[in-house]
Amino acid sequence: MTETRVTKACVTKTGDYRVAAGSGSIDALSQFRLEPVLGPLGRELYFTQANLMMVIAGVLVLALMWLGARPRAMVPGRLQSAAEMAYETVMSMCVDTIGPEGKAFFPFVFTLFFFILFGNLLGVWTYDFTFTSHIAVTLALSLLVFVLVTFVALRIHGLHFFSYFMPAGVPIALAPLLIPIEILSYLSRIISLSVRLFANMMAGHVMLEVFAAFVIMLGGAGLLGIVPAALSFSVNVALIGFELLVAVLQAYVFAILTCIYLHDAVHLH
Amino acid sequence: MSEEPESDEPDGHEASFEDRLAAARDKQGLEAAQSGPGKSPDGLDGNALAIGMRVGVEMVSALVVAVAIGWGLDRLLGTKPILLAVFVLLGGAAGVLNVWRVFAPKHAPASGKDARAKGVRDRDARDKGVRDKDGGL
Repeated sequence: MTETRVTKACVTKTGDYRVAAGSGSIDALSQFRLEPVLGPLGRELYFTQANLMMVIAGVLVLALMWLGARPRAMVPGRLQSAAEMAYETVMSMCVDTIGPEGKAFFPFVFTLFFFILFGNLLGVWTYDFTFTSHIAVTLALSLLVFVLVTFVALRIHGLHFFSYFMPAGVPIALAPLLIPIEILSYLSRIISLSVRLFANMMAGHVMLEVFAAFVIMLGGAGLLGIVPAALSFSVNVALIGFELLVAVLQAYVFAILTCIYLHDAVHLH
Repeated sequence: MSEEPESDEPDGHEASFEDRLAAARDKQGLEAAQSGPGKSPDGLDGNALAIGMRVGVEMVSALVVAVAIGWGLDRLLGTKPILLAVFVLLGGAAGVLNVWRVFAPKHAPASGKDARAKGVRDRDARDKGVRDKDGGL
């Protein structure tokens, strides 16, 4: 009985008191539940903590670029260096991957990369919500990419775009088999792009929650549980570091895959 | 001072700068990370979990799209199980194609005479070349 009381007092990532490890079961998924914020107005608009984090992420990116660009110093300070590095990293990503035409897509890739990066990184912070751990969000982002890529390809190549689904020199007899496969492979980009980000972010946060619950359950189990509880805690410390890596890596992967798809759209073959 | 080495090679400014940069990076030990234990000879760098995750996502996503299309078309046309079955097979093939695009060997065996193989290979090589940058997943 005493362990249930201890577990009930644990604070989950979303900030309210909730049973994270009560009565022997670990509730690792309730951290992804959406709840309205900002009082009655938020409830009226169904403005959830995910929306709030999106706004915060957007404001932080804008603040970084605005405050970083304001001094216009020849020898940049710390903030200006960060802003310049951000600009140059994404710019070289675009130009290296897409080619000289990549400059046109820089604003899109930059926005996408930093929105996802800040969303991922904010989620690692305690009490914060990770909006990229919802497939609705990542699917919307990847649909945006997909529609843009298809639109760009159609705009540049016109109907010639459809030759993308038919590699050069394939015998006509294979076309009925090959074209559907190529189209499916093309369409599967939507799913793979969104699932990759969503699964990584969600898995990381589930693992954090599970090991945090271990700490509480084992810590409440008396003297014998202290050592495994400490071990679980150290795993959690390592996981936070790992999550930081995953957060940056997945934002980068999303951006570079967008660039690769844009390269395909611009150059076809 | 810095113009001196460039004047040796009037036609290769880029190459000479790249050489000097590589030499400088070598001296500083910055290249060690790239040629270190992370890369295995078969080109599958990164850990097994990342590779498994990547293959899984590529295969499953193609299958999900195929099942969705097959099921939707069946509902629309009233041909209940047929199109779903067909699209599951096509989706499996598309998933394998996705995985092949990711892990295709960079230097495919040269057969040369076959234009189709070359067309596919060229695209795969390019996909692979660009995708190598994305660090595992």
